[in-house]
Amino acid sequence: MGKLAMNNPTLLGTTDLAIGYGTIRLAEQLAIQLHAGSLTALLGPNGIGKSTLLLTLAGLQKPLNGHVLTSGQNVHTMAAKERARKIALVTTRRTDAALLTVEALVGLGRHPWTGPWGRFSAADQEAVERAMDQADIKHLRDRSVEHCSDGERQKVVIARALAQETPLLLLDEPTAFLDLPNRAAIVRLLRDKAATDVRAVLFSTHDLQLALDLCDRLLLMRGKEGVWQGTPQEALRSGELQRTFAGAGVRFDAEGTHRFLR
Amino acid sequence: MRKAFAGSVLLGLLVLALAWLGLMNGSTAVPATSVWAAFFPNTTPDALIAVVREVRLPQVITAILAGSGLAVGGLLMQAVFRNPLAGPGVLGITGGASLGVALVVLARPIWVFINLSPSLLATVAGLFGALAVLVLIVLADRRLGDAATLLIVGLMVGYLCSAFTSLLQAASEARAVKGFVLWGFGSFAGTTLADLPWLFFPVLVATVVALTLGKALNALMLGEQEASALGVATARVRLLAIAVTGVLAGTITAWCGPIAFLGLAVPHVARALFRTADHRVLLPMVVLLGAALALACDLLVRAFPPLSGVPLNVVTSLLGVPVVLWVLLQGRKWGSSR
Repeated sequence: MGKLAMNNPTLLGTTDLAIGYGTIRLAEQLAIQLHAGSLTALLGPNGIGKSTLLLTLAGLQKPLNGHVLTSGQNVHTMAAKERARKIALVTTRRTDAALLTVEALVGLGRHPWTGPWGRFSAADQEAVERAMDQADIKHLRDRSVEHCSDGERQKVVIARALAQETPLLLLDEPTAFLDLPNRAAIVRLLRDKAATDVRAVLFSTHDLQLALDLCDRLLLMRGKEGVWQGTPQEALRSGELQRTFAGAGVRFDAEGTHRFLR
Repeated sequence: MRKAFAGSVLLGLLVLALAWLGLMNGSTAVPATSVWAAFFPNTTPDALIAVVREVRLPQVITAILAGSGLAVGGLLMQAVFRNPLAGPGVLGITGGASLGVALVVLARPIWVFINLSPSLLATVAGLFGALAVLVLIVLADRRLGDAATLLIVGLMVGYLCSAFTSLLQAASEARAVKGFVLWGFGSFAGTTLADLPWLFFPVLVATVVALTLGKALNALMLGEQEASALGVATARVRLLAIAVTGVLAGTITAWCGPIAFLGLAVPHVARALFRTADHRVLLPMVVLLGAALALACDLLVRAFPPLSGVPLNVVTSLLGVPVVLWVLLQGRKWGSSR
């Protein structure tokens, strides 16, 4: 699976990227490539800059150095609407707008495709239906988002990103605060979308087991030492995973099970 | 959408009916035939027709413009700051207008060299006060680039303006202070037909610009970053919303005084009536609903004997507070039932 995805075209690439805010440099010399058809988990300790990296890759946060290219275009200089047709982003922010229904929220994903008045074409409506169907939230369509559970909300915001129909999908901790079945369901959905629609999906998570078991590739963030990219097997075999969480008092065995050292 | 269309027709009729009642009623009742006749230029003007043309028509039009303008401003501020308690005055622009008026009304001797009637001078000063704060807020926005901080800056500017206003009041003689307090009560009666273009055109232009922002405001419900990721030029939309609200709040406050609660309450009523968060629907609806509510409040103080002489702001608050509370409590109920 991982090998196959490597042969697919690169949908997003960076060269010598440095991220951070002003004088705070969180990570530098990042060379990242996301391939079509692959699901990549972004792993690393808290505060290492995972969210900042996602925002930078999405074109919303200026890099301190280098640039981010998607199909030959720089995401930080391309027109916002054009960028929104290429990259969808799901943040950790909760949406609590009163009276906003699930269907209406998913429909906001069509924003870059509709005209100045936001009127839906048949294709727009179809994209919304398909996204709700894939995220399994059709039965919630008329419910107000305020009254959805955490798991339902997460599916709703993912459906919104799917409705955006972008080749690239970036998600910040989509499995946080969810129970085990919901976590697995969401990562399986992302994996399925990556494989069948040939998209590149990158999501940050603290759920190591889920990343090792279900993802094609891992992107390990280690601050000043840059990033490491590869398959879960390679990450375990080479000891890179162990190195990323060095100092955490955790040991990984060959199957990827981690044990906390007493 | 069909429901929204039917609703807009009904609201439009309600505005017309309230405007008609506003032309007929007041300190002297004018029969419908005279009101009708007042619209035709070739009728021989009698006293009643003169009352309709010179007094009530400007007042009714002012109420419509002020009500719809403040409601649009309130909706924009609630959307941009994602805060249900935001109103058109939240950026301190109303406070700037008040300070401008206070400078003229309370420190009148300084301004005698300007050859304007006192009331027109006050309006011009109010416009300058509002404009000064608007420029300040736009500069702050370009520097901060973040809505949450800007909201605090706006509130602080408002407090600063009201501090200076209080200082002026403390240093003024009682008669001048009373004049300023009366202005603060709010009124739609301060305009003549000749003044109306100065209120009409700014409100018209600002409202038309606001109507183009519906799609972007919908995306902003998700948050600034999320809207940017959807392709919204968030900085431009926020700047436009601030400028539009500033023009609306500044112009209306300068002519009518600081009208309380209309701008805050009307968007909530519109959401409750149409059960939608879609700003493309809400924007035209608050225009009509704001006009209707302002006309109703004006009618109450002018033609409802128990309330005659009661300041306009008292009525807008008495009506606005329960409406907002009711809407918020109702909102809880809908969610769980659906």
